[in-house]
Amino acid sequence: MPTPSRYWREIPQRYRFEANKCKNCGIVFFPPRLICPECKKREFEETKLAEKGKILTYTIIRVPPRQFVDQAPYAVGIVELDDGVKLTAQIVDCDFEDLKIGLKVKLEFRKIFDEGEAGILCYGYKFVPE
Amino acid sequence: MRDVAVIGVGMTKWGELWEKSFRDIFVESALLALDDAGVDRIDSMYVGSMSSGLFVGQEHIASLLADYLGQAPIPSTRVETACASGGLALRLGFMEVASGMSDVVLVGGIEKMTDVSGDEATYALGSAADQEYEGYHGITFPGLYALIARAHMEKYGTTREQLALVAVKNHKNGAKNPLAQFPFEITVDSVLNSVMIADPLRLLDCSPITDGAAAAVIVPVEVAKKMKKPVIKILGTGHATDTIALSSRKDITWLESTYQAAKQAYDMADKKPEDINFIEVHDCFTIAEICVLEALGIVEKGKGGEAYEDELTFLEGKIPVNTSGGLKAKGHPVGATGVAQVIEIVKQLRGEAGKRQIKDPRIGMAQNMGGSGGSSVVHIFERE
Amino acid sequence: MEGIIGYGAYIPRNRIKVEEIAKVWGADAPSYKRGLMLEEKSVPSPDQDTITMSVEASKRALKRSLINPADIGAVYIGSESHPYAVKPSGTVLAEAIGATPEVHTADFEFACKAGTEGMFVALSLVKAGEVKYGLAVGADTSQGAPGDALEYSAAAGAAAFIFGRDNIIAKALETYSYTTDTPDFWRREYQYYPQHGGRFTGDPAYFKHIVGAGKGIMEKAGMKPSDFNYVIFHQPNGKFPFRVGKMLGFEREQIEPGWLVNKLGNTYSASSPLGLTASLDISEPGDKILIVSYGSGAGSDAFIFEVTERIEKVRDLAPKTRELLEKNKNYLEYGEYAKFRKKIKKAV
Repeated sequence: MPTPSRYWREIPQRYRFEANKCKNCGIVFFPPRLICPECKKREFEETKLAEKGKILTYTIIRVPPRQFVDQAPYAVGIVELDDGVKLTAQIVDCDFEDLKIGLKVKLEFRKIFDEGEAGILCYGYKFVPE
Repeated sequence: MRDVAVIGVGMTKWGELWEKSFRDIFVESALLALDDAGVDRIDSMYVGSMSSGLFVGQEHIASLLADYLGQAPIPSTRVETACASGGLALRLGFMEVASGMSDVVLVGGIEKMTDVSGDEATYALGSAADQEYEGYHGITFPGLYALIARAHMEKYGTTREQLALVAVKNHKNGAKNPLAQFPFEITVDSVLNSVMIADPLRLLDCSPITDGAAAAVIVPVEVAKKMKKPVIKILGTGHATDTIALSSRKDITWLESTYQAAKQAYDMADKKPEDINFIEVHDCFTIAEICVLEALGIVEKGKGGEAYEDELTFLEGKIPVNTSGGLKAKGHPVGATGVAQVIEIVKQLRGEAGKRQIKDPRIGMAQNMGGSGGSSVVHIFERE
Repeated sequence: MEGIIGYGAYIPRNRIKVEEIAKVWGADAPSYKRGLMLEEKSVPSPDQDTITMSVEASKRALKRSLINPADIGAVYIGSESHPYAVKPSGTVLAEAIGATPEVHTADFEFACKAGTEGMFVALSLVKAGEVKYGLAVGADTSQGAPGDALEYSAAAGAAAFIFGRDNIIAKALETYSYTTDTPDFWRREYQYYPQHGGRFTGDPAYFKHIVGAGKGIMEKAGMKPSDFNYVIFHQPNGKFPFRVGKMLGFEREQIEPGWLVNKLGNTYSASSPLGLTASLDISEPGDKILIVSYGSGAGSDAFIFEVTERIEKVRDLAPKTRELLEKNKNYLEYGEYAKFRKKIKKAV
């Protein structure tokens, strides 16, 4: 899916979880935004995501897109981080039967997929049990 | 603003149409709509298609299809808002006719999905999600709705059986629709024993991959009254958006775009949920139908699942939903779905729905949705 | 004085038992377990590689060092399984921890001693006053050819060390390297699995170099085996470290705390570094630690560390190595293992 430029552009978010925070409402946005959808103000401060949170909902993908075929079946969840940001990512290092809503997880750096045998390697975050 | 009516509809049988090309599928349905309306010329057309580029490698389809429909040089516009593209084509056609700019507008939708492999189709559909923050992590559309389903089950106690009943009901209706891709009945057991796709959703919770098109002709009501067909008036239209990423929503189980679009349509039509006699909704997955009924105000928030145990939405129920068989049984060629919903509403209001005809309906509603609810289009129709 | 200011370990949760591999190849598991003193080994998931493990081990080292990552002036990863043949691993690590752009970064590759090479260079730059802090990681997802003896040991893990001058938890008292050209193990460009010289990897290779480096560093430092609380040697199997320890005059008790190979396998560039993290986890102020790596081809790097009082403040700020080795394990069958390690030929 990503070309090198498209991948490279997202590095601050995928590697370092860089987010921004509306100076007016205090809401943290990930990825960072240029205008706050709540108050429409455009002043933000840089911040980083809280790296811990809890599972709000999850599923196990058994019919994956092409790049994820070798990983299937795998769990994907929406996690609410301690700073209120909600994030979609894979949940790994957890047996499927141990997955549950409310489970405490943290972010870990993993390979997300690769572009075939010769293409770029795409890294980013996944969740693992805390 | 002028009142607008649907005066002609057309759709061929949906399914895996191996012999038919992208353009053939569209033109055949569009010609049926022109014949039904009794016209052979149109002033303008709108075509909804989610991803002709990824499915058949063809962009610039508005011109292609106007050309093969023999209508060039009329203005022709492609409309895209993922799986709600067809519904949005109707809304834009409505606006053009209502504004007085055109008198006869064809609105259509098309998707030819079987010319690519299964995982390429999964990828193409997945492009309706946030590619960088959802797709990148391997989520699929069944996956996104599974996330909604799990959250709904946890929050409201919705059961696996209730989800299955959505599919059972839609197949029961679809069995009576000769144009449906899967015109046969299924049981709760068969849903619960079908292969797991994205827990807790199984194969028979999911709408299929389908080739198909649908078209309708719309005209001002004063013009429609001089034509032969019953006048089916568009009373209200609504269109709204929500965050593209499911995770960004305040409540993962709530379809705000559907709620907002419905509110606009109800206000414009001056109707309330209890005024609606039947609905075609976007049941891309069983859980979607349940959430949509809640957002449309047909049932209370969180009570969508229970409604299926009471058969409220069955053909004989108080408010039949998806008499056509829905996306589940009729098929879901994504861009065409919103227009096919209109066709079912028109057929029912005209009394032409055959074995699935409900008794004397007057007001029908169609709800079409894109992505995981990032966009919704709602229309309310009334038989004059 | 310069030394280690933070350290971190990372071990994947997957394991495969010697019996499970032996079953597939019709080999005699008990003799492998006895002969090589191996029971099971770690296996990376398809989403883990040298880069991901290096990032996580380094983040743990950062937690213990309590420094601003932007002050790290050198970032090195030593591995024989860098995911790219051309394109550095270290840059990903430097970005992920927030050390870019004012940082010197390099990837090292030298069979199993690339990790200690990175440590040697990072420490040297700190000593020279060229950088405030230097980060070095030894990490590998090593591969043994199916059915080869190496398959029973080739494992995955990472260990990271940050070197600096202030707030040291282990002073670097001495370093020493011992290198010759001894082709006991190799992998040619474009080849997937390494080849090795069988028994030639023993006496003229592993034993000669570790003994050479061990004797050399003790002589240089004026120390003797009994001066050390812990000693770590490269761990290609369970037996070699004890045998080479005996040759150098060490007791089993000095070796055992950092001896992880029976449950971990040979993590190549991370092998002796993980032994060091495990020893630091349990060491007391004043303890002296000797570590001698070995990399085929061939050479050994040796370090002598003296643990300071600060160890007690930072030890619990990140997971301990033995915990990682024992917790949340997931045993694989050979089929899954073969899939994870891309040993199964698929349609393109």
